[in-house]
Amino acid sequence: MLTDKEKDDIHKEMNQYPYPEATCIDALKVVQYHRGWISDDAVEDIANELKMTVDEVDSVATFYTRIYRKPVGRNIILLCDGTSCLVMGYESVYEYISKKLNLKFGETTDDKRFTLLPVSCLGDCDHSPALMINDDHYNNLTVNKIDEILEKYL
Amino acid sequence: METPLTQYIKPDRLPPGIEDYKKAGGYSGTIKAIKEMSPSDIKTLVKSSGLSGRGGAGFPTGVKWELVPVDANGNGYKYLVANADEMEPGTFKDRYLLEGNPHQLLAGMIIASYAIGAQKAYIFLRWAYKKAEAIIRKAIAEAYDAGYLGNNILGTGYDLDIYIHSSAGRYICGEETALLNSLEGKRGIPRTKPPFPAISGLFGQPTAVNNVETLCWISHIIEKGADWFRKLSLTGEGGTKLYGVSGRVRNPGLWELPMGTTMREIIYDHAGGMLEGYKLKGVIPGGVSTDFMIESQLDTKMDFASVRAAGSRLGTGTMIVLDDKTCPVAFIHSMIKFFAQESCGWCTPCREGLPWVEKILASFENGTAKYDDIEILEFHTQYMAPGNTFCAHAPGAMEPLQSGLRYFREEFVRHINEKHCPWR
Repeated sequence: MLTDKEKDDIHKEMNQYPYPEATCIDALKVVQYHRGWISDDAVEDIANELKMTVDEVDSVATFYTRIYRKPVGRNIILLCDGTSCLVMGYESVYEYISKKLNLKFGETTDDKRFTLLPVSCLGDCDHSPALMINDDHYNNLTVNKIDEILEKYL
Repeated sequence: METPLTQYIKPDRLPPGIEDYKKAGGYSGTIKAIKEMSPSDIKTLVKSSGLSGRGGAGFPTGVKWELVPVDANGNGYKYLVANADEMEPGTFKDRYLLEGNPHQLLAGMIIASYAIGAQKAYIFLRWAYKKAEAIIRKAIAEAYDAGYLGNNILGTGYDLDIYIHSSAGRYICGEETALLNSLEGKRGIPRTKPPFPAISGLFGQPTAVNNVETLCWISHIIEKGADWFRKLSLTGEGGTKLYGVSGRVRNPGLWELPMGTTMREIIYDHAGGMLEGYKLKGVIPGGVSTDFMIESQLDTKMDFASVRAAGSRLGTGTMIVLDDKTCPVAFIHSMIKFFAQESCGWCTPCREGLPWVEKILASFENGTAKYDDIEILEFHTQYMAPGNTFCAHAPGAMEPLQSGLRYFREEFVRHINEKHCPWR
């Protein structure tokens, strides 16, 4: 079941489209914002709300990289492995984070504090290497900046 | 030197609010357009300026608008969409405009919408641009309060709403028909053309999709004219261009320079040249779907025609520099890995071909590649050439691979001979 707050948020988004199905991506984002990820139940809830089939909603949910169909940690580290960041040495940043948190790309810490994911570009190419945690960008990264950045996220 | 697009952008300061922007004359082109000009006057003026699409394809903007039927209103709306998806690795120019001066974009969008008869407009925004999203939302609210958006804009009887859709990822959504599917809430898969979006676009209605940098020009061109615009450039293609450089240069960044500024001037004068101890080995001129250029081509003028004549594409004009201490195979592998991941999966050559190419490139890096693999890679650059795939995604991926195989063949062979990456 969608909560009243989730329903409200979805209906606000609906105003900018001529029919409800067009809200599908926004609805997935709304529910993910409240629940952290999109479970099978969440797909069904959205399908009911938008009068779509479960398969239709899931086909959309599984297409987009920023919709998570598996549980994720409280904070998501998106580390750019794009071309500019490769040149500027993202690999050493990856190794440091990976060792510190005992994580590979795609994994979540046991305490659910962090999920580490690769991302192909954040638009920070002139200040690479770059990463994003939740909605915050960090760039011109060096290994010795990482501890301080991670400490902000509990 | 005039820098119309970036003149009010002060890095690390808040963008101008609507009052400041109005005082600076920022909306005067918009007022002139919707109060004094007919839609066809605007289209003619923009066409005569020679403004071409700054998203990378370089299609003439005025012509694109003229393709939208004048009387096709029918039962529904016509739409304008600002393509702010900017997801090609190495590209960060629209972000600067979005965060730095959102009203410049809105001023242009109002004119563009009026010119094609659109009553609804969307900004399709890259998911990672959270700061830009907040800035644009605030600017849109200010524009409604000031009577520049909504019903009966400035008493002219013209109605326009602008909405923002923040994407959920996937590079393919920058392709205009995939973008339209995504904006309709669907999977972002490109559509068959024809029908072109001008005839049947968003929600099946006539639609124009323009890049952010393109739209930011419109109010300036209306205010100052086509001649002024053409004279800003060093070549036949008008205007200035946002050029960017990333990689191992002294001063990576973004600059607004006359269209046709040479690659050498951009990399050496503006980006400060290579960092101490690094040599320039190649340049990806405009996003990872463009062919490599090499040192002997540094004097190429960075406009659409000149870069095309040099065997590549201007694309977005934001360059990535490959240096001698970065493995060219790893550099190409990173681009192909991106394209393989971002394939929408709709057509077989792209869905199957790109991951295959990616695996072969990985085998070079881990020292297991064979001599035949170079031929297999070359075969794929033909197999996924334009015309063999549903959209331009895979052909774009093949551009840096085919030129990379040509320019850095020796480095590919070294990986095979030495059975490991010589750079590691």
